[in-house]
Amino acid sequence: MSASINKILRTVSQYGLLSLIAIICIFPFWWTLVVAMSTEGNLFEFPPTFWPRGISMDNFIEAFRVIPILAFYKNSLLITLATVLGKLVVCSLAAYPLSRMQFNGSKLIMGVILATMILPSEVNFLVNFITMTKISLVNTYTAVVLPNIVTAVSILLLKQAFDEVPQDLLDAARVDGASEWVIFYRIVLPLITPWLATVGILTAVEAWNEYIWPSIVISKPEDFPLSAGVLYLRGTYGSSTRVIAAGTILTVAPILVAFLFTQRFFMRGMDGAVK
Amino acid sequence: MSKLLNSVSVVVTNKRNLLAYAFLAPALLLLLMFSFWPVLYGSYLSFTDFSLIREVHWVGFANYRALFANDMFLTGLKNSLLFLLVVPFTQLGAISLAVLVNNQLPGIRWFRAAYYVPVVTTVSVVGIMWGFMFHDQGTLNYVLLQLHIIAAPLGWLSDDALALFAVMFVSFWRGLGWYMVMYLAALQSLPAEMQEAAILDGANRWQRFWRITVPMLKPTILVCSIMSVLAALKAYQEVDVLTQGGPMNSTFTALYYAYDQGLKRLKLPRGLAASFVVSLCCMAIAFVCLRWLNPGHRK
Repeated sequence: MSASINKILRTVSQYGLLSLIAIICIFPFWWTLVVAMSTEGNLFEFPPTFWPRGISMDNFIEAFRVIPILAFYKNSLLITLATVLGKLVVCSLAAYPLSRMQFNGSKLIMGVILATMILPSEVNFLVNFITMTKISLVNTYTAVVLPNIVTAVSILLLKQAFDEVPQDLLDAARVDGASEWVIFYRIVLPLITPWLATVGILTAVEAWNEYIWPSIVISKPEDFPLSAGVLYLRGTYGSSTRVIAAGTILTVAPILVAFLFTQRFFMRGMDGAVK
Repeated sequence: MSKLLNSVSVVVTNKRNLLAYAFLAPALLLLLMFSFWPVLYGSYLSFTDFSLIREVHWVGFANYRALFANDMFLTGLKNSLLFLLVVPFTQLGAISLAVLVNNQLPGIRWFRAAYYVPVVTTVSVVGIMWGFMFHDQGTLNYVLLQLHIIAAPLGWLSDDALALFAVMFVSFWRGLGWYMVMYLAALQSLPAEMQEAAILDGANRWQRFWRITVPMLKPTILVCSIMSVLAALKAYQEVDVLTQGGPMNSTFTALYYAYDQGLKRLKLPRGLAASFVVSLCCMAIAFVCLRWLNPGHRK
């Protein structure tokens, strides 16, 4: 009897702790949503508003009116799609020979790729901006996307995926006279689709969220992606907190919805990284 | 005949080499342009008086000397070191959280997702939301007042004694879920027998955590701690979106100084010099950690 009470107590306390931490993680989002949806009451007051009052969509409509949010969405979508596509193509092309072909200097190339992981990359954008100026790409999305297409981690993840494809398949295709390109494109690539999806989703989140580089290389605010545009909103319409909150919600909503539907890919990406 | 075979095989190898490099070419080109070139050219520029509009002159170590005579950079370095306080909290928190969500409770998937939400949120949004939370009349002050932890509302982002800690807390909040997933993956790959044997021997949860789980997680803890240390030393995005270095320059970190000088004040060489000082510190620390904390791993 007391054992079962103990068990119940433990379960309750576990859920209590889990919920408390969940509240700390989620509350800022909730509060921002409440502010964005209400039109009445003071913003900052004691006790704070935990529930919307005078629910309306006015602040969202206002956000659409004062800043070009639709353009921001379009820009974010464009940048994200281009980064994901570019990365999947370029990184899987690079990972394939590293995993499946014997060629002179393969060790050296592997070393070069690994070396980029320890290079000081934090302020690469200082020099990358000069580079973009010199090749006249400033103010283009090409400039936003190009530096983010290749990362060592993506190449390594995809190499690992290629490593797991059975050698017999490749041998059989080579005996049949298939060219290396056909083997890559028709046989091996379809087999690693789950890994392509993982890399694609992780990349999409990174690309969608990046704000520093786009705001450096793009000068016209209406060409910003959402992540940079939302800060621009704070700078320009600093007084209207509710509209800023609405803009903030409009910025995070797509990524949160996408995340909830694709959770397992995030966990798998981690698995690969830990190995 | 063998000569012919030889030359055929040379041709074949050459063709294969060519093909492999054709596959690799786009990636290598991009890495060269956007990963290696910035470091090479950037380190050269940090020894010059570069600007986009005039001729470039070599100035030796002048930028670096100016850096160490600059109060703002020195404050930044000190703050970057203080930022390391985030590491033990994040790591202990993440391990405990991973153990907690490793239980097979109904609905645990949703809790894991909730803890990961801050990780997938863009920093700019995080900055705006925590700006609301940290407001003088914001929720954080309200909760702390209700719990009688503080007597009067604190200016989390406006008090120069507090602002850095507020920024550090946001960094902790963003990192927790990321490391939790790393530890969770490691926990799930551990064999269950050890835990079962310990339960049979009458070890309680606390003993099992410290005597079995933590030692078995050691490789993951090492990797995560190094990542966490480097991330703390390189913190600057949270500063940018929360305080922009203020109040009274109290939240400048070393890399935020680099970013501020290089980009906002257009003193590129100075910014680059600052960033290379940070990078050198990071490389030295990573090297020391790998070498001394993990001697068994040496090859």
